[in-house]
Amino acid sequence: MKTELDIPAVAVFLFFFALVTVMGFVASKWRRPKTLASLDEWGLGGRQFGTWITWFLVSGDFYTAYTVIAVPALVYSVGAYGFFALPYTILVYPIVFMVMPRLWQVAKDNGYVTAADVVHGRYGSRMLEAAVAITGVVATMPYIALQLIGMATAVKALGFEGELPLIAAFVVLALYTYSSGLRAPALIAFVKDIMIYIAVIAAVSVIPGKLGGYAAVFDAADQAFKAKGSGSILLQPSQYVAYATLALGSALAAFMYPHTLTGIFASKSATTIRKNAVLLPAYTLMLGLLALLGYMGHAAKLKLASNNDVVPALFQTLFPSWFAGFAFAAIAIGALVPAAVMSIGAANLFTRNFWKAYVNPQVDTAGEAAVAKIASLVVKVGALLVIIYLPTQFALDLQLLGGLWILQTLPALIFGLFTRWFTAPALLAGWVVGLFGGTYLAWTDGLKPLHLLSIGSFQAMVYVGLIALVVNIAVAMLVNLVVPKPVVTAEAAST
Amino acid sequence: MARHFLWLLLIPFVGLLWVPFYNFHDPVLFGFPFFYWYQLAWVPMTAFLTWLAYRTYPNED
Repeated sequence: MKTELDIPAVAVFLFFFALVTVMGFVASKWRRPKTLASLDEWGLGGRQFGTWITWFLVSGDFYTAYTVIAVPALVYSVGAYGFFALPYTILVYPIVFMVMPRLWQVAKDNGYVTAADVVHGRYGSRMLEAAVAITGVVATMPYIALQLIGMATAVKALGFEGELPLIAAFVVLALYTYSSGLRAPALIAFVKDIMIYIAVIAAVSVIPGKLGGYAAVFDAADQAFKAKGSGSILLQPSQYVAYATLALGSALAAFMYPHTLTGIFASKSATTIRKNAVLLPAYTLMLGLLALLGYMGHAAKLKLASNNDVVPALFQTLFPSWFAGFAFAAIAIGALVPAAVMSIGAANLFTRNFWKAYVNPQVDTAGEAAVAKIASLVVKVGALLVIIYLPTQFALDLQLLGGLWILQTLPALIFGLFTRWFTAPALLAGWVVGLFGGTYLAWTDGLKPLHLLSIGSFQAMVYVGLIALVVNIAVAMLVNLVVPKPVVTAEAAST
Repeated sequence: MARHFLWLLLIPFVGLLWVPFYNFHDPVLFGFPFFYWYQLAWVPMTAFLTWLAYRTYPNED
């Protein structure tokens, strides 16, 4: 890749970055409430986002900058297996349709801001609430760090050296998130999604033409994998179960994260969420095409220092530099939106389920907002320090474990929406066994997402998060059968 | 009656999680091996099934 500073690219990049910075600060005046000093306003944008704003916000923070970099990189390096991101991001929406409107209703009726609020309200258990809240915060931190990696890849491709541009971008992000709350990423998401769409449509329509068409692209990838001796444009039979369980497990985990749930809680109505389950696959189609950039990297015969460079290198090699600058700006802005929503989601958890629960139960709504604003700064600084001072691999490993961890909160958060059968001690026991057992499995496998499962003559590589979830549910059911039911709390009974 | 349409949402899970069903190179469409266009085709199909579920759901507004 080129490393010298590319002036037209840098100019376009800086223009768009400045544009979204202004938007981030102006956002505090968008659909202005009487005051921003409450979590409903700062942390959830007033719970008033309609179909379109929710579409842009959720796609803006679900399809992250890291996705744009990492999915093509994985497809570039291993082939068909990396394509599991497509069934994953298709199956996630039927799940959203069936589950999330109910969750939204419970949150709306009771003024809940976080997943842990919902769990506490349903079961009246501070322990279970804390388990869900801590898992949410810990799983989100490495996710924010990954957004920084995505942004750093784009900034590096422009020819900037060192960490200073990254720090500058993050300070700006932290300041407008502090002042505007969720309104900032919601407004910026419009720019981000449109830019990403333009960049990807240009890439998937122009690049194959320059490389001899899609058939040639698939052929080139096929030959590159054969020459390399690993990877393939079709799956090996031994990968079937891994592919399916990764897709299903990721789809189940996706809307357990604080940032995706924040997008759900911020919508205006349950119908808004159902409509979005119909409309969000439009973004998945783009992700599927984007994944194929990995194969185009082979067709273009790129020489890469790192797989993560495949997308930036394609834009640099095959497009004029101003358009490469546009695409890199799209990726960098694509990091800002999720990073902002993630820090808000984590800050909401800290405020509601730690500060209000343990430090100051009498805190008023303005006090909550003040605590959350500070917490959002701390979370972002933490992620920045992780990226600057720890090896990148550390963030990647933690992100992998984060997916496993957040999946273990599913029974506590979701089951209560459909049945009153489960009790808090049972769900807590399931969470403990799933989370620590799953982490142990992943750890002993060398921090790999797949675990070799042997049951009788059946042997397959299975996504470890899904194994942990099955064990989690089994333990919860077992404990539920053994331990007598406690008296239902008044609050839980009313929901 | 209406809620029966929710069962439509299970169809994509069957279509996408049973991998041996689509792990083939042929037939090729617009240069895309079957494995790729089959899965891409599930995007609009799932959106359509979800839309049917949405249309028949007793929405509040």
